[in-house]
Amino acid sequence: MVREASLRETYGETLVELGRENPDIVVLDADLSKSTMTQFFARAFPERFFDCGIAEQNMVTIAAGLASSGKIPFASTFAVFAPGRCFDQVRMSIAQPGLNVKLVVTHGGITVGEDGTSHQAIEDLALAGALPGFTVIVPADAIETAQAVRIAAASDGPFYIRLCRSKAPVLYDDSYRFSLGKAVTMRPGNDVTVIAIGLMVAAALEAASNLSKDGIDCRVLNMPTLKPIDEAAIIKAAVETKAIVTAEEHLEHGGLGSVVARIVVNHQPVPMEFIALKDTYAESGKANELLEKYGLTARDIEQAVRQVIKKAK
Amino acid sequence: MSDLSDKTKVNMEIGLDAGQFSLTEMEAIARKLRRNIVTMIGKAASGHPGGSLSAVEILTALYFGVLKHHPKDPRWPGRDRFILSKGHAAPLLYATLAECGYLPLAELSTLRQVNSCLQGHADCTVTPGVEMSAGSLGQGLSFALGVALAGRLNAQSHRIYVLLGDGECDEGQVWEAAMATAHFKVDSLVAIVDNNGLQIDGWNRDIMNLAPFNQKWQSFGWHVIEVDGHDLTQLIAAFERARLIKGQPTVVIAHTIKGKGVSFMENVADFHGKAPTPTECEIALKELA
Repeated sequence: MVREASLRETYGETLVELGRENPDIVVLDADLSKSTMTQFFARAFPERFFDCGIAEQNMVTIAAGLASSGKIPFASTFAVFAPGRCFDQVRMSIAQPGLNVKLVVTHGGITVGEDGTSHQAIEDLALAGALPGFTVIVPADAIETAQAVRIAAASDGPFYIRLCRSKAPVLYDDSYRFSLGKAVTMRPGNDVTVIAIGLMVAAALEAASNLSKDGIDCRVLNMPTLKPIDEAAIIKAAVETKAIVTAEEHLEHGGLGSVVARIVVNHQPVPMEFIALKDTYAESGKANELLEKYGLTARDIEQAVRQVIKKAK
Repeated sequence: MSDLSDKTKVNMEIGLDAGQFSLTEMEAIARKLRRNIVTMIGKAASGHPGGSLSAVEILTALYFGVLKHHPKDPRWPGRDRFILSKGHAAPLLYATLAECGYLPLAELSTLRQVNSCLQGHADCTVTPGVEMSAGSLGQGLSFALGVALAGRLNAQSHRIYVLLGDGECDEGQVWEAAMATAHFKVDSLVAIVDNNGLQIDGWNRDIMNLAPFNQKWQSFGWHVIEVDGHDLTQLIAAFERARLIKGQPTVVIAHTIKGKGVSFMENVADFHGKAPTPTECEIALKELA
């Protein structure tokens, strides 16, 4: 049985540690502290926690003001509400001045499940990735989450970190060191490369394991930093494996696949396939049912790999 | 551009503090700011004269009668903050900052030109003394609240002044911020509304009625002071009174005239975002002599 852990709880616990280490860490939430797990920080440091109520535009702009005065604000809500609900505020008050605000959002992607489309962020990476100067991170497990949050706290400038609602398989052990802007080779391989983010990393590993039974040697890269992305690892994969599949719990438009394709076309054009939502909203349902229905499973990745290898020949 | 007064030159060296300028001197500064606003927008051939001219006395009262600040050290941590939320009044802010010595007066003639540090709307990344990038309305009060909360956490005593337009108060975020500022019992923050009654498409009362404006702020938990926004004495008295209000924020509703000081711009909505022609500039500068 694969061990699973909650990225959100890890985020909340990491915030408390950071709060102990640095008095300038402050946390804001928009009435979702029990879901984003900023509630841990709220209990530990009530004077440094600001619940802004159900007002995301106000929250992110207050965070900008705090950052302009030297604080290190972490502002949290669901991924669907930030940057979606407050895009202009994030753009003008945080991105343009390059302020040191950390947007850490939870409930990214369709695995939010039963709450349905209103709560399933599928455009957020395109929005956040479009903002000049923003660093965008999608951790794949709890261990990567803790380290990404720590690196965000220690780095100057705006960050967007997207976490999922559900627990996720633990992919790393404690010796793992997250390196900003670097891909992680989860599995070596020379026939094809699958580049994945978030929950899709585990699915990609499962697909690679199945494909190996058919003699297909599949490289799997975790790409936790979507921006600035690891161009060298992408170019190397294109050169060495001659075919690439991307996998993400996001729309095809503007997410991981678009970014990887731009780099591949610029440097080393090779056939690609894209596992992502195809210009559609999803619906209510259990997370695994939705992944199945919308084509985001290990089996879908396997099919894409077989397809892209055919094209590469 | 008008030259710096001798007194301003001296103050550039030593830093500015409240109460160093007489009423007569401040009135002269206000006239000079108006001339510089008209000149710079005329030269740029684009920009926002109406809402710059309406708030001249508000900024004069603040920068020459109220704020503790050091133009030679714009990021001095102990400074009182002025945050321009109605970012289209950037020409007024630039003229004021130049008059204080944050930037050379000659820089004003580069407004809106490529490579200038004076962008069309206020931009904190390029202009010394600008606290926040603005121009997308409705964000300044929230930003100011963040600045005030940081000041409280740091046990600092500086005060935060944020200037909003009345039309800007159509934005829902202003009221999110108004609610939150009162909720957090922030009394180091003073909002000023440049209540000139006009927005781009016409009179506020016709486009989006804000009335009852005073009561709206009161019901959101604010201490409300109404003044003639062109009366420096009333403005300074209001800011002094606000210091005494504890446990809640204060809003100064400053009743003003859009385009104030230039006869053909006064109360004309079209001069919200239209530059005067060279001939109009000449007439305006005569009126402001």
